[in-house]
Amino acid sequence: MSRTEIIVEEKTGVVEGQTPWRRFASDFFENRLAIAGLGVFVLIALSAIFAPWITPQDPYDLMQIDILDGRLPPGSVSGEMIYFLGTDDQGRDMLSGIFYGLRTSLSVGAASTLIALFLGGGVGLIAAYFGGRVDTIIMRIADLQLSFPAILIALILVSILGQGVDKIIIALVGVQWAYYARTIRGTALVERRREYIEAATCLALSHRRIVFRHLLPNCTPPLIVVGTVQVAHAIALEATLSFLGIGIPITEPSLGLLIKNGFDYMLSGDYWISFYPGIALLVTIVSINLVGDQLRDVLNPRLQK
Amino acid sequence: MLAFTIRRFLQSVIVLFVMSVIVFLGIYAIGNPVDILINPEADIAEQEETIRRLGLDKPVWTQYFTFMTNALQGDLGGSFVHNEPALRIIMERLPATMELAIGAVGLAILIGIPAGMIAGLKPESIVGRGIMAGSILGFSLPTFWVGLMLIMLFSVMLGWLPASGRGDTVELFGIQVSFLTWDGLTHIFLPALNLALFKMSLVIRLSRAGTREVMLQDYIKFARAKGLSEVRVIRVHVLKNILIPVVTVLGLELGSVIAFAVVTETVFAWPGIGKLLIDSIGNLDRPLVVAYLLLTVTMFIIINFVVDILYSLLDPRVRLGDVKS
Repeated sequence: MSRTEIIVEEKTGVVEGQTPWRRFASDFFENRLAIAGLGVFVLIALSAIFAPWITPQDPYDLMQIDILDGRLPPGSVSGEMIYFLGTDDQGRDMLSGIFYGLRTSLSVGAASTLIALFLGGGVGLIAAYFGGRVDTIIMRIADLQLSFPAILIALILVSILGQGVDKIIIALVGVQWAYYARTIRGTALVERRREYIEAATCLALSHRRIVFRHLLPNCTPPLIVVGTVQVAHAIALEATLSFLGIGIPITEPSLGLLIKNGFDYMLSGDYWISFYPGIALLVTIVSINLVGDQLRDVLNPRLQK
Repeated sequence: MLAFTIRRFLQSVIVLFVMSVIVFLGIYAIGNPVDILINPEADIAEQEETIRRLGLDKPVWTQYFTFMTNALQGDLGGSFVHNEPALRIIMERLPATMELAIGAVGLAILIGIPAGMIAGLKPESIVGRGIMAGSILGFSLPTFWVGLMLIMLFSVMLGWLPASGRGDTVELFGIQVSFLTWDGLTHIFLPALNLALFKMSLVIRLSRAGTREVMLQDYIKFARAKGLSEVRVIRVHVLKNILIPVVTVLGLELGSVIAFAVVTETVFAWPGIGKLLIDSIGNLDRPLVVAYLLLTVTMFIIINFVVDILYSLLDPRVRLGDVKS
């Protein structure tokens, strides 16, 4: 339980016996838009995870696709297959393609955010706890990086690293870590001066124990908020890079690559190849942002009623 | 003040040096252009001749040293693919990007300020809420996706505007520009709008917040008490006072508009430096990639330097705080 929450409970006299988790949940579910966002996101995540079992076709199994079915409009029927969202130029079912694309997009977004969270959070925590020269060096680097737009940093990293799923993840981590370092440092600088850290220091606990068992748990709420919003940013950035043709390789298409793929056919009127992956990307980003906004309101002690 | 300026200047130079090393080493350490640029059918003597001509046989740090010495003299190396100096190719493409960026910032101001003021004057109305919802979308939608939708709507379905290229250009002071011909105007509108959307959302936010703050000030009450019409109060007294922060932020953002132009130019096949970068990454044309990245990074460092100096002039606390730390 975080200290800020204790203070809030003392002030507001929240019902006895209500656990912080339950209070958090009831606050979160007050906003209908946030519930909708969470619901949609869970659906998207589930369909991405279970894509191989629920899609009518494995779009990357050459045995299952028929090039004669290429560029069929949505709702076309061919043999036993109904192409609800049409097919692409290779005759792949777009609906299946989108579910598989979501798999790549979401896993790249989640992986890069998690790694950046641990890396940036750790570095920021160290900077705040030790202060002095360590702090100056780390924060100068972070500030320097944040003075360039994310897309430029991503372009530099991608042109250095080249293509590939692992390289895109590294590039996204490189873009994102500074946000977490900044966020956690701000919180940790305040928390560090609190009495419980002083108490822990007086007990001669090791630095590691103080930082990870005492300081870190009290710095997590803002980190969670930034993390949620950053997942959406990471997914959008990956889609952008893949659309530019410098991101995910063709073997594991993400939504961005599906959109790029259909772009050539859009001008001839076959809109669905680009359009539906685009909608999937959009819904994913917006639903994550809705959840992130509500998390920010709920986890911000200043906005507590 | 002088000490502060000198220190910031030295910092900028160090940053530039570090970035140039990162970019150069990173790009030159990965990928082998020899395989791509030299015809595999060519005999060994011919291959070695090409390698020597392009300087690829020397150690990496020698290549960097030569590169920086030349770069400081305005020579950023020759493009492998175009067989021309990289800087000249970039300079040829730069006007197209600048035209697009300026068009985008112009649209962001022309649409963003009035929209933001309406939202600020009537924050609870449907129009005000609609504008704010639109600005949230403008922040969260990926640029390339919006570009695709614009093409789909205006070029494919309605057929009103062309989807790619620059159209007819006219020479103005030795530079080719699109905005002076009708055909060019129709070509620039969609990409400029696409590039403008993100900045427009920013301008809407800023002018909405500014308007709400300014409306509560005494000079607005006074202007009304003088009997000025509401239109005049808003056009003169409110608008002038919200312009300062908006213009400051947009000036700062011009650099990032150029960086984001990479996406828009690719979507709309606009022949600027952004599209050049993407093509060059695909072709492994390393001198061009390095030249583009270094030029953009330099531009950002200069912008940041100027902003730091301006801020310290406006707010002495900035430079005093810097001395202490």
